[in-house]
Amino acid sequence: MSNEPLLTMRGIKKSFGKMRVLRGIDLDVDYGEIVALVGDNGAGKSTLIKIITGVHKPNAGEITYKGQPITLHSVKESRELGIETVYQERALADLQEMWRNIFAGREITTFLGFMDVKAQRRETERLLREHMGFTSSAISVNSPVKSLSGGEKQGVAIGRALHFNADLIILDEPTMGLALRETDRVLNFVRDFRDQGKSAIFIDHNIFHVYDVADRFVILDRGQVAGQFTKAEITQDELIANMVHLHHTGTLQ
Amino acid sequence: MNPQDRTAAPRLDLPQKDALKFVRDYKIQLSILGILFVLYTVFLIGNPMVFTNFPIYRSFMTTMPFFGLMAVSVTYVVTLGEMDLSFPSVLGISSWAFSSVFVSSESFALAILVCLLVGLAAGMINGLIVTKIGVPSIVATIGTMFLWRGLVNLLSQGKGIALVGLRDSALYPIFVGRAFGEIPAQFIWFVGLSLLFGLVYRRHKYGSHLLYVGDNEESARMMGINVDRVKIIAFMQMGFFSALAGIFLAAEVTYFWPTQGDGMLLTTLAAVFIGGTSVFGGTGTIFGSFIGVIIIGSLEAGIIAIGLTGFWVRFLNGLLITVSVSVYAFMLRRNR
Repeated sequence: MSNEPLLTMRGIKKSFGKMRVLRGIDLDVDYGEIVALVGDNGAGKSTLIKIITGVHKPNAGEITYKGQPITLHSVKESRELGIETVYQERALADLQEMWRNIFAGREITTFLGFMDVKAQRRETERLLREHMGFTSSAISVNSPVKSLSGGEKQGVAIGRALHFNADLIILDEPTMGLALRETDRVLNFVRDFRDQGKSAIFIDHNIFHVYDVADRFVILDRGQVAGQFTKAEITQDELIANMVHLHHTGTLQ
Repeated sequence: MNPQDRTAAPRLDLPQKDALKFVRDYKIQLSILGILFVLYTVFLIGNPMVFTNFPIYRSFMTTMPFFGLMAVSVTYVVTLGEMDLSFPSVLGISSWAFSSVFVSSESFALAILVCLLVGLAAGMINGLIVTKIGVPSIVATIGTMFLWRGLVNLLSQGKGIALVGLRDSALYPIFVGRAFGEIPAQFIWFVGLSLLFGLVYRRHKYGSHLLYVGDNEESARMMGINVDRVKIIAFMQMGFFSALAGIFLAAEVTYFWPTQGDGMLLTTLAAVFIGGTSVFGGTGTIFGSFIGVIIIGSLEAGIIAIGLTGFWVRFLNGLLITVSVSVYAFMLRRNR
């Protein structure tokens, strides 16, 4: 492991027509670090992560990943590099079986593109029991995803990312709409990443969740980085006070 | 935990649960088999003479593959949550190409090649309009439905083309010959291709992509599935198999007429929906479409054979469709 961060972004700009959504963002993510992006709606959080995952192309700026300058053209490309995203909602196809969801877009195939369904089921089984802690016998790899609870769905989405050995996992509002216990479960998954030496970018509207799991907080405001703090530098109350102040005045305290 | 436990523990299929689970997993397939069973029981009781003898089945096997092939094919499009209304016209334009090329070149093989290419091209145009221009497929294919039918009329000047020369070709028996002197070759094609369709649907990664895109397009995109490509291929195969159905039809009757394929639209779609494929996408069954074809294909002759007038055909057809789609919708809702 070098001293260089896992991901470095410099001067990232993105406009949609006349809307300047990102106005020059610098962002680093270290190995084994969980970085929280915080900021109001429209601050540019979603656009920024969509650039990291290859959905959008930036108008300007440089991205370095594992020491290599990269240009991302597609989701596929970023996934091949080990960047995975767990989206807030609609991350899974509800009517499809669990195994189909886990391997969507990355099926294990044998010949002529025919799938090795057995292997996919086996791997899904292993993932569920070993990594995701699914013990309920009511849930099998052939269950359609809609039979799962919200937290379990996030678990499957996160498990999918882990299975493909992602080094950087991006979580976009993973706790939205979840019950308290379910939220705990998702936050535990995120803590596990760090223990496994993986990195994450975490977006959540709930500052309590963010403060709980993240190592560093990057505050975005209208397409720019308004400030960043490590957990040691700021208490939860100070972070909240800062956010409120920013909201009212447009500057940090 | 030793490794053996790990593999053994999650296997939940206790023997006594197997039967129940089978019913639950295949309830749509079992329902349609039930409909088929009831229908044929009525036919057999109503007219045992006709339905215990082979000729009526030979007649079914001759005519079902024309729309049947398009029914299994359009199941892919419907699974995506898309619709294609243009395939009867695509059958028309590709049959015209087939017939014209055959008449001028006397080559069955060349005619087939051109016909299938026309079908692929027409399907590709549908796919591109839907994905790249962004016209909803039901609207786009209303347009191309009129477009291709109109073009057929223009090109043929409303006149038919005699294709008796097809019978001399070595390829003729491969398409519409009679295997063992009895089984129409097109039916064997239909069964074989349906099996292939089913296999790709459930076991090929393309089939998996179809289901995934039809279920949740946004998620599919995020999973790196090329959504546009999946859709364009679905429309292209639809065009291809409409053209192939056109070849079977033209070869069977050794004649091309400009309205060829007209009237197949609704029967084809009815077979798909009776079969249990959801118009919302993300779920469907090729087996269901196949049985749906057999039901829709035998309904008319069956109704007449049991002594009802032809006026009953539409009514019973409508009743069957309405009831079955309501039952499926109910099943899917309860599942939720």
